[in-house]
Amino acid sequence: MTRRGNTGDVMLLVIMATLPGLAMLTWFFGWGNFINVLWASVVAIACEALVLTLRRRPLRHYLTDYSAVLTAVLLGLSLPPLAPWWLTMIATGFAIIVAKHLYGGMGQNPFNPAMIGYALVLIAFPLEMTSWLAPQTLSITPGQTMGFMDTLFTIFPFLSEIALSVSTEAFDAVTMATPLDAFKHKGALTSEEFWATELVVSTEGWKAWQLVSTGFLAGGAYLIYRRVFTWHIPVSMLAAIAIMSLIFWSTDPSNYAYPELHLLGGATMLGAFFIATDPVTAATSIKGKLYYGAGIGILIYLIRNWGNYPDAVAFAVLLMNFVAPLIDHYTQPRTYGHKSTK
Amino acid sequence: MNWQSNKHLHTFHGGIHPPENKDQSTQSPIEVALLPDKLILPLQQHIGQQAKPLVQVGERVLKGQMIAEPTGYVSAAVHAPTSGTITAIKPHALPHPSGLSELCIIIDPDGKDEWTELSSVADYQQLDTQQLLQHIREAGITGLGGAGFPTSVKLNPSTDLTIDTLILNAAECEPYITADDMLIRERAEEVVQGLQIMAHILQPEKCLIGIETNKPQAIEALRHAIESLQLSELIVVERIPVKYPSGGEKQLIQILTGKEVPNGGIPADIGMVCHNVGTAAAVYRAIAKGEPLISRITTITGDAVSRQGNIEVLLGTPIESLLAHFEIKQDKLHRLIMGGPMMGFTLDDISLPVVKASNCILAATRKELPDPAPEQACIRCGMCAEACPATLLPQQLYWFSKSREFDKALSHNLLDCIECGACSYVCPSNIPLVQYYRFAKGEIRIEEHERTSSDHARQRFEARTARLEQEEAEKEAKRQARSEAAAASKKTKETTDVTGDKKPVDPKAAVVQAALERAKARKAQKAADAKGDTDAPAIEQAKDAAPAMSAVERAKARKAARAAEQDGDDTATVKDQEKAAGLSALEKAKAKRAKDSGAEKTESKGLSALERAKAKRASGNDDQPAKADTDSISQTESKPAKAISALEKAKAKRAEAAQTGTPAKADNNKTASTGHNEEKTLSALERAKLKRVQIVTQSSDKTAEDKTTDHADEKPLSALERAKIKRAEAAKDVEKEATAPTESVEEKPAVPMSALERAKAKRAEKAAQQAADGSTADTETRD
Repeated sequence: MTRRGNTGDVMLLVIMATLPGLAMLTWFFGWGNFINVLWASVVAIACEALVLTLRRRPLRHYLTDYSAVLTAVLLGLSLPPLAPWWLTMIATGFAIIVAKHLYGGMGQNPFNPAMIGYALVLIAFPLEMTSWLAPQTLSITPGQTMGFMDTLFTIFPFLSEIALSVSTEAFDAVTMATPLDAFKHKGALTSEEFWATELVVSTEGWKAWQLVSTGFLAGGAYLIYRRVFTWHIPVSMLAAIAIMSLIFWSTDPSNYAYPELHLLGGATMLGAFFIATDPVTAATSIKGKLYYGAGIGILIYLIRNWGNYPDAVAFAVLLMNFVAPLIDHYTQPRTYGHKSTK
Repeated sequence: MNWQSNKHLHTFHGGIHPPENKDQSTQSPIEVALLPDKLILPLQQHIGQQAKPLVQVGERVLKGQMIAEPTGYVSAAVHAPTSGTITAIKPHALPHPSGLSELCIIIDPDGKDEWTELSSVADYQQLDTQQLLQHIREAGITGLGGAGFPTSVKLNPSTDLTIDTLILNAAECEPYITADDMLIRERAEEVVQGLQIMAHILQPEKCLIGIETNKPQAIEALRHAIESLQLSELIVVERIPVKYPSGGEKQLIQILTGKEVPNGGIPADIGMVCHNVGTAAAVYRAIAKGEPLISRITTITGDAVSRQGNIEVLLGTPIESLLAHFEIKQDKLHRLIMGGPMMGFTLDDISLPVVKASNCILAATRKELPDPAPEQACIRCGMCAEACPATLLPQQLYWFSKSREFDKALSHNLLDCIECGACSYVCPSNIPLVQYYRFAKGEIRIEEHERTSSDHARQRFEARTARLEQEEAEKEAKRQARSEAAAASKKTKETTDVTGDKKPVDPKAAVVQAALERAKARKAQKAADAKGDTDAPAIEQAKDAAPAMSAVERAKARKAARAAEQDGDDTATVKDQEKAAGLSALEKAKAKRAKDSGAEKTESKGLSALERAKAKRASGNDDQPAKADTDSISQTESKPAKAISALEKAKAKRAEAAQTGTPAKADNNKTASTGHNEEKTLSALERAKLKRVQIVTQSSDKTAEDKTTDHADEKPLSALERAKIKRAEAAKDVEKEATAPTESVEEKPAVPMSALERAKAKRAEKAAQQAADGSTADTETRD
């Protein structure tokens, strides 16, 4: 092992690694997530600076660890592309001020700040949180796709009033459920019937999500290669989801989604590589990481199938954050010269 | 050949690969020692007890002469590295992280470099192990790898352990340091022969030399030496992968054998002994050439010196001389480190000497060793846990150390940390983790020390309580025996009295004696009054202090009182209480006197002497009638003991003191003595009173103690207790001698009554003894 950069560099590296996923999101769903990421970052830096000033901490030293920006980026990627500006602001502000600084700041927070912010707005504003854009690639005529400015004005409606030159009419965005969401609400239909009826979701929508997930997977793999984190949490989490879905799907394929949908639909990959791996809130020992990741995977599957929410990464991660100290306690590695751990 | 394969090797957890920076100091051969202006030789260059100087200031010493001898088993001798004059034996700062000063012998070399007579061993195989070990011990050899443990001790493991593997540590994993590498390259035969001698002492099944693969020339030199000495059967060279800290003793053992040194144990526990290559060479020189350890090879490196390399440096050479020799560039020097960049420590003082454990001096520029970046928050990334060779969880230890949760740190095996610095090296938040662990270890040591000392105090206290109880029991038995004897003798006396034994007493002599006694009594009366005055405030004080009395004392007082109540023998009761309360010899003498007189006058039928004394007191005397009356009334009224105020007690005491001073009068009052029935109530009351007196006295003890010292209770208390016991014993002696009442009065000043005097227990004890002597003399003269 050779010496790595400082914590700020690590955070920057993680932020960079989200770029393939962000690029895919932007490609399929327009500029929404991109604008969300930028806007959330601005909010995060402002909140961080505010709290640091109140706590009388040196601004530059703490801002350059980029941890607030990373939190913002993860929120921007998780929130729906057309989430209104105030939604993003509330989520980010809550994440930075309450979930992070009220617990003592960087390194002290027991829960993943981004997921706390996400869970807050998911519970408080379910409507805004579940409307996802239809893939832009569906639109054949250019007029129907949302340009950067259209998206911007949809997210910040007041901006369009200021910039009078642009049409004040809000763009009527075509929203559509994500494949996971749609599948959850398939009602009495069997899987086969569902896929047959929901052609759009099952073809274009599915393809979009596959590629977005692949983007995050690629970024995550790069981070493992750069030894920013170890493979244990993502692999055990993905393995748990795969095994769970395989068991249920193989016993009852008409009621349960196939493993691929669980692995590549929704926020599984983003969660596995960028959220569950947050070292501050995760278990620390190797064995502990495996348990922690598997726990998240199992919880995601359980909530997706029997919970009220179509996706479950945020809740699963938060629940496992609770358990992490306990896992650490029971998974101390055997120290040199000691017979056994306990 | 063996040294080619390393597939059978094991690995240890974690480890790091910092830049090696070794090439710059291996380009030139080892330089010969320079002769500095002065040599500073610390008496403590090793682990264990400090050596004891054998030389005087001004004495001329020869090269190799022992100038300080080991003072215990784990200790090492110091020798003069060159001939010269001892100019001073004084404290000088040591090259140690603490920067502490220790006693050093300072030599001014005379430049002649004249050797003392050396005693080499022609054929070491003819000598037995103990002789060889003694030889090594006298050569002052300690581990040259860094820790500096006396080699003769390490080569002499407990006889119940069998050593099957002898390991020579040539890993030298720390960056910059090349001293062992260069030593092997140039003197591989010395190393191998040293190992051979060590193997002769330990008789292991195999010898392993662990060396990192980044030292190909040294490996080749070893191979050549082993072959030419025909030791291929005995010695195997193991090439181990480059990884820091593979040179750690525990890690090297794990790499070579796969075994782990058990927690809290030493390598010998698993049949291994591990020595540094430099140590092996020193052993060879000591045995084969008779040369003691007077020099070592040290690496001088870093970009702040113009020449980088290794030098055979005389121990005690000031670092400034070395730096000057290697042309230090002062303007470039940023940090001067003894040891390597991972485990070394910064030197602030260049006048410090090179010692036996100094393997490297790193004169680093700012570029080489920049100031540490500001510490950032720990994000528990776990890089440290991956790097830790002891498989600890450094991030957790950091958390626990920072929040002072030392019990948790201990349960996460903080004490297994070898402080290699791998965790700090990989930490992306620039946290100086090892410093946190050192802090925590230090705090834990302090806590432990406090705990053990309080344990000791408790044990002392318990032992004392047990001892007192035992003594009490013994005395109780004696008392019982005595009282039985007394009862028997009384009977005989009664019978003799009947026969008119008393008649032979000369009436004239009796008159003279009475007059004498009266005169003495008057004198004593004055003293008693003065005494009473001083007593009263002391008791008042004591009353105030009473609540502060410890529970133990209260319990003891209660117990004593209970014991007293259970005791049917009043004499015993009073004595018992006297002892517990620290009452004076005066009282005892009084009792004795009363008893004697009682025996003489035959009026004491059925009454113990002491009761009579009490009765005397109860009836009061001419000088203190009112007060004594109050006392007696309160007694006869059978008031609860509690109702009697401390003031009354003081009065009673004074009255008592006065009374004892006027025996003649008191004797007259004996008629006031009550019969058996009354006696019972009286003694019960008396007991109750005594109990309180005891409490008051003890609390006044406490007051005095508080005045004299603020320290823990046990020590001064037990001292007091001891003094009391001694005093009581002295009093007993006095009792034996003092047959006449006048003597006991004279003793009075010698018997401390007030709290303040009690605090001066020692003086009192002495005085009591003197009084005893005095009374003996007195008795003699009287006779």
